[in-house]
Amino acid sequence: MATMSVSAPRSALLIRRSRFTRKWLSRATIWALLLVGALVMLSPLIWMISSSLKLEQRVFMFPPQLIPNPVRFQNYVEALTYKPFPVYLRNTVFLVVMNELAIILAASFCAYGFARIRFPGRDFWFSTVLFTMMVPTVVMMVPLFVMFRRLNWIDTFLPLTVPYFFGGGGFNIFLLRQFFRTIPEELADAARIDGCSEFAIYARIILPLAKPALITVAIFTFLATWNDFVGPLLYINSPQRFTLAIGLANFRVSFGGGMGGTTQGRSRWDLLMAFATAMTAPVLTVFFLAQRYFVQGVVMTGLKG
Amino acid sequence: MKALVRWLKKPAGRRTIIGYIFIAPFILGFIIWFLIPALTSLWMAFQDWNMIKPPQFVALNNFKDLFRDKLFWQSLKVTTTYTAISVPLTMVLAFLLALLMNTKVRGITVFRTIYYMPSIVPAVANAVLWAWILNSEFGLLNAFLHFLGLPKIMWLQEPEWALPALILMSLWSLGGPMVIYLAGLQGIPNEFYEAAEIDGAGGWAKLWHVTIPLMSPVIFFNFIMGVIGTFQVFTAGYLITNGGPQNATLFYVLYLYRNAFQYLRMGYAAALAWVLALVIMGLTALIFRGLGGRVYYEEIG
Repeated sequence: MATMSVSAPRSALLIRRSRFTRKWLSRATIWALLLVGALVMLSPLIWMISSSLKLEQRVFMFPPQLIPNPVRFQNYVEALTYKPFPVYLRNTVFLVVMNELAIILAASFCAYGFARIRFPGRDFWFSTVLFTMMVPTVVMMVPLFVMFRRLNWIDTFLPLTVPYFFGGGGFNIFLLRQFFRTIPEELADAARIDGCSEFAIYARIILPLAKPALITVAIFTFLATWNDFVGPLLYINSPQRFTLAIGLANFRVSFGGGMGGTTQGRSRWDLLMAFATAMTAPVLTVFFLAQRYFVQGVVMTGLKG
Repeated sequence: MKALVRWLKKPAGRRTIIGYIFIAPFILGFIIWFLIPALTSLWMAFQDWNMIKPPQFVALNNFKDLFRDKLFWQSLKVTTTYTAISVPLTMVLAFLLALLMNTKVRGITVFRTIYYMPSIVPAVANAVLWAWILNSEFGLLNAFLHFLGLPKIMWLQEPEWALPALILMSLWSLGGPMVIYLAGLQGIPNEFYEAAEIDGAGGWAKLWHVTIPLMSPVIFFNFIMGVIGTFQVFTAGYLITNGGPQNATLFYVLYLYRNAFQYLRMGYAAALAWVLALVIMGLTALIFRGLGGRVYYEEIG
């Protein structure tokens, strides 16, 4: 480019300018496209929050108001006290804590075996881990239910936590194993020479170094437990053991204007949207606080799989 | 026996014991929560059982009934249609968005956040929200159509619109595959594009001969995961439409759920589950055979 502009300064300048304009124009188009897309993606969330702050009769206006007038925060008080929201919240948080404990312990323990120790049969069992990730979970729905019924675990939290203490799920084992393999072997070797057992290496060297991956697993566990609907739907019957997901689903049945979009039944979309917003807010907060771990987790399972 | 004891005392043997101690939770879990249920469900598929009376062996009757069951075929059709439309649409849109974002425009991280956010909204909140968006009288979608001067659509009341409505809803969650694509695109070394440019490749040629081949493992992964995921869709059909209108959104898993937990036909439900597993595994194998050979794996480290 530099030599060209010396030999033919004018034309080169023209070419450069037109390239610059074209590049700038295409950038502006791309940016505009992304912006429109972003607005489309955001609109359901905006709609949810906007509806949650409207007066009952203002919800039923066509065309709808975008910005609620008046803004009614009382909807949240009503939505969250109509059903025992604190009870649902407590149950959900309990399950989250138990599953975090189970999965972080069990998955990292198993992942260490798969990542750092060489023994016969390891590759077979690791392919089993991958296999369990591929098998559709709903296939297990019926036999697991029968099993939990026989164990007398129906309407307790046991079916929703105990299985996670056994390995913590193929996905988490896989993710942690991938991460553990990136930690230099020399560190562990040095510890072995000093007489450290594998268990000490796992607990004192690998776990502290794997903090980012553990945080990723913790976040996915939080999301999966907080959002889980089918599990509690199958195993929980008593209202005092409902989770937020089941609470909202029940709320929907009583206040969603009838199933299938019919207009029969009482519709309180303002309250439903308040409940839905309240349930979504913690998830989005965690997402904003820990975005890079999210992206890292998605990428680790998607790209290195 | 003695040889085994001696071997276990050697480093290799000790390592094996320690290795199995580490993976023991997984092995136990696999046996208790995977193998035993899978075998139970295989046994159940050949029984007539309502969980009250003792199960009765009926040989292949459940499978015979299944092939005569109109609702089974309907649910299979609904689910297949949903997958066949939702997965390609999601993949193409997510890929295009990732391409746009990979042009190093300002604010990629903000865009990425906004596009990814919907895919972590809890399934139930998502369903309730979309039931309201798709509401034919006061919903956001019809308000938008009205704004464009188009007539209202009875999204959830008309059989021909209900499934498209749920497919539209599924597109809202394209952020997951998009983030994976974006990371993949960012991982393509610049030298590849520079080399292509020296060979005189334009924008399209670069996309076709560099980007897509290098991205094929990622595209493949998203495709398989999309198919496995959409075949198991349940919550939207259960909470938004309850399978209706006229079974237009009777997803396979919803029908399975009804058989098991509403009609208490456990044997029949187990048969349904096995058929679904075979369908999904068959499809996955087909995709692997059909596309697996075309996936380009670069040898890195």
